Amino acid sequence: MLGLARVGGREKTEVTRDMDLLVARLRGSREQGAPAGEERVVRVGCPAHNCGGRCLLLAHVREGRVVRLDADDRPDTLEAPQLRACVRGHAYLRRQYHPDRLLHPLKRVGKRGEGRFQTIGWDEAWDLLAAGITRVRERHGSGALFVPYGTGAYNQINGPATARRVLHLSGGCLGHWNSYSWGAINVATPTVYGTLVTGNQRQDWLNSKLILMWGWNPAEMRDGTNTDFFVKLARERGTRTICIDPRHTFTAQALADEWVPIRPGTDAALMTAMAHVIVAEGLHDADFVRTHCVGFDATQMPSGCEGEESYVDYLFGRRDGVPKTPDWAEPITAVPRDVIARLAREYATSKPAVLYQGYGMQRRAYGEQVVRAGCVLAAITGNVGIPGGWASGLGLQAPDGGAHWTVFPLGDNPVKASIPVFLWPEAVLRGPELTADDGVNGAERLDVPVRAIWAVASNCLVNQHANVNRSAAILADERLVELLVVQDNFLTSTARFADLVLPACTQWETWGVQDGWKYGDEVIVLPKLVDPPGECLSDYAIARGLARRLGIEEAYSEGRDERGWVEWCLDVWRRTRFPDLPTLDELIAANLGVWGRRPQRPAVAFEDFRRDPEAHPLETPSGKIEIFSKALYDLGRPDEIPAVPKYVQEWESPFGEEARHYPLQLIGHHTMQRVHSTHANNDWLSEAFPQRLLINPHDAAERGIEDGQLVRVFNQRGEVLARCRLTERIMPGVVDLPQGAWWAPDNRGRDWGGSVNVLTSERWTPLAKGSAQHTAMVQVERAFR
Amino acid sequence: MRRLGFGVDTSSCTGCKACQTACKNRHHLPVGVLWRRVYEISGGGWRRDGEAWRHDVWAYSLSVSCNHCEEPICLEVCPASAYTKRENGIVAHDPERCLGCGNCAWACPYGAPQLDVARGVMTKCNLCEEELAAGRPPACVAACPLRVLEVGDREELAARLGPPDVAPLPDPELTVPSLRLRAHRNADRARATGGRVRNREEVGE
Repeated sequence: MLGLARVGGREKTEVTRDMDLLVARLRGSREQGAPAGEERVVRVGCPAHNCGGRCLLLAHVREGRVVRLDADDRPDTLEAPQLRACVRGHAYLRRQYHPDRLLHPLKRVGKRGEGRFQTIGWDEAWDLLAAGITRVRERHGSGALFVPYGTGAYNQINGPATARRVLHLSGGCLGHWNSYSWGAINVATPTVYGTLVTGNQRQDWLNSKLILMWGWNPAEMRDGTNTDFFVKLARERGTRTICIDPRHTFTAQALADEWVPIRPGTDAALMTAMAHVIVAEGLHDADFVRTHCVGFDATQMPSGCEGEESYVDYLFGRRDGVPKTPDWAEPITAVPRDVIARLAREYATSKPAVLYQGYGMQRRAYGEQVVRAGCVLAAITGNVGIPGGWASGLGLQAPDGGAHWTVFPLGDNPVKASIPVFLWPEAVLRGPELTADDGVNGAERLDVPVRAIWAVASNCLVNQHANVNRSAAILADERLVELLVVQDNFLTSTARFADLVLPACTQWETWGVQDGWKYGDEVIVLPKLVDPPGECLSDYAIARGLARRLGIEEAYSEGRDERGWVEWCLDVWRRTRFPDLPTLDELIAANLGVWGRRPQRPAVAFEDFRRDPEAHPLETPSGKIEIFSKALYDLGRPDEIPAVPKYVQEWESPFGEEARHYPLQLIGHHTMQRVHSTHANNDWLSEAFPQRLLINPHDAAERGIEDGQLVRVFNQRGEVLARCRLTERIMPGVVDLPQGAWWAPDNRGRDWGGSVNVLTSERWTPLAKGSAQHTAMVQVERAFR
Repeated sequence: MRRLGFGVDTSSCTGCKACQTACKNRHHLPVGVLWRRVYEISGGGWRRDGEAWRHDVWAYSLSVSCNHCEEPICLEVCPASAYTKRENGIVAHDPERCLGCGNCAWACPYGAPQLDVARGVMTKCNLCEEELAAGRPPACVAACPLRVLEVGDREELAARLGPPDVAPLPDPELTVPSLRLRAHRNADRARATGGRVRNREEVGE
């Protein structure tokens, strides 16, 4: 039953033993009240899985089992608010004690992707792993090895970093740069500002008169623990908030005074039309533009580009003959022209104001443009470098950029080449063709294609990458990927393709530590709470076992266990960010769980630059805010990467030929049912937020679809069957299939799991080579007539 | 003696269900039993205006558990005297006396008592009285990320917050619930135009 049936070739005794465990667990979950035994209560980091929050829980541990979780119980103040976990944290025990947990190493016995495996021991697993890696190295070179992006059961001591370190120390592997989440924004923000640190500390929002929450939904994706709470506090102090989004999100409901729905992929058009109104009516901050920006108009073009199209030229259509007025933007965005003009006036005259960009709208066809357009709106209204303002862009937090992201040392990688993280299928299919033009860093081109993949805490290969059917076909071909190893807590849709499945423990079954995600004013420790079940090992122990086989165990471990590496990471934070950070022994003895610093006065990004741009220039080529980027101009691709931010019609759009067959725009928001694909099998979370296709009653009526029916969602790439929910909370012409549900194909290739990536495109953004997965058109029909 | 009740600032409730799930976690509730539930109420519609869309869409969320009523109908209809009204306001349920007949679930206009199929008894929110005794807030209140849920003296809550008379709640005269709300601005629109509970399947209906 359950996951056990999928695991073929197991010894009967093991199955029986698992069944006994399962029955005992089910019985345990029914019992109310307290089992006997002594209980300890441990403050511990929520195993956050890259949700955008970093929270604290109180774990009650009794007889080797976590029996209960409580919310943060520390004092709750504005300077240091409690780190309250969301629904996913409180449902965590349903993941921790899920009957489908992987318990033993598995070796594939069927074809790739069939999901048929045989249980093996760790000695054989490590032998196979070491032999496979050595074989691929000897045949192709170390550049053929790849550890993909993965943010499942990870933190500083857990996840893909542990695997990268052993490969780096034993000869190297192909690297990757950028992320699935922030592909375009990571690259586009510095083209304007020369940095990613464009955000004030969040307490500063209380000084804002207006917050435009543009494609930004902190109530669901969180974007930092307490970010939604800070918006609420700002509103209580009188800040007006407007949510611009195709979907009436939790944020639009609870944190916005107004909701402005917009057609997906047209945000840059709305921003451009707002800029037109602002400049045409003289509402821009002309002094700030003159002293702090370049490329606004013909008077401040960079040298060598004097005759080129300035931003004002573009706004007023002086080159293309198209003034970018609200009349122009209305049919593109579906936002009424009077609303566009009002938004523009409100933003320009409610100073200081925040234009906060969410990330969904930059995971689109020309995602770089919306990032640059947002930054330019903030700049021309003079909202940069002032309390209560916001420079837009990525918004890492002043003064120091916030969290460190990776502290655990990866070691020097002898292979210098790295690829954009989103292009791994290309590196498999045509590695040596990939050059710097395709985003290869550190080398002219790749020497070899990727031939071995070791995925740790990653469901990116199949489920979370675009175009699942294409990815699955690539992975199914053993001539392309000669070795595929997947290390996880569950037999995910990626793990089903593995040659070797390695059972990893959860973050509460080993030691770990994490800092505070984007707004990283804390370090949070995860002491080991319980022993792992079955033969599960920590990611670190698994990688260390490989290091032993490769003869580099001492170099890998430096004599440290997982707890020792937590101490090592704390030393790094103590040196770089938190001088008063206690030792691990002190943190544990006092059961603190978290150590943070309290901002006295919220930091403001670009404060020095604002005061004196000559003495404190930006790290852009001009030292100023680059509305016109000569670096982008020099790329010579004005249609896709213009030097001033422009609206560019997407490669799949309601205005294109493709809309005749696939007339609906598809988005896939971050649902609270899961974190990406983690928790997708969590029953409490599915009870709270079942996977449904959201469709507007107008679109449903045209198709004879009724609430709750099973529908087909399809395009040229694949087909998903899902139950629908009719709701006015999604705009007409748009359907929403929340991302992250596990792909579950039938024998005709139709997905019954509701995985949005069956329908998304593998095409990448032109500059950043980032994910454009939200740009997709589909058709929806009733499944049964 | 203080008589306890819940207060909810629905104007800032996102509908995130941290409360619902913290409750399940604290009380080890199986799938299908929701001592606290979160209703999504929405309405309004869309109108084409040239090539633009105009809308009057609205929504709000409402987190509801047992309201520890002053006139608890569960207590009245229970044939086994499993319910008692404590001095501190808590409506307590004794599973040892409960027959699992479901009269209380049938009568309660808030859907608070819920059958635990495995044990064959009704169960419901006990306001985390063991937490309160230890000086801690109920699990749902402690978990709320937006800090919109609170527990307190019903008279004090009544002085600050409005009556629990927003859709889809029944007339408070029926059972005099110990629940006070700060209404979402859209509650008036629900009254005027009749919104719909959009997530019936998520609240066990």
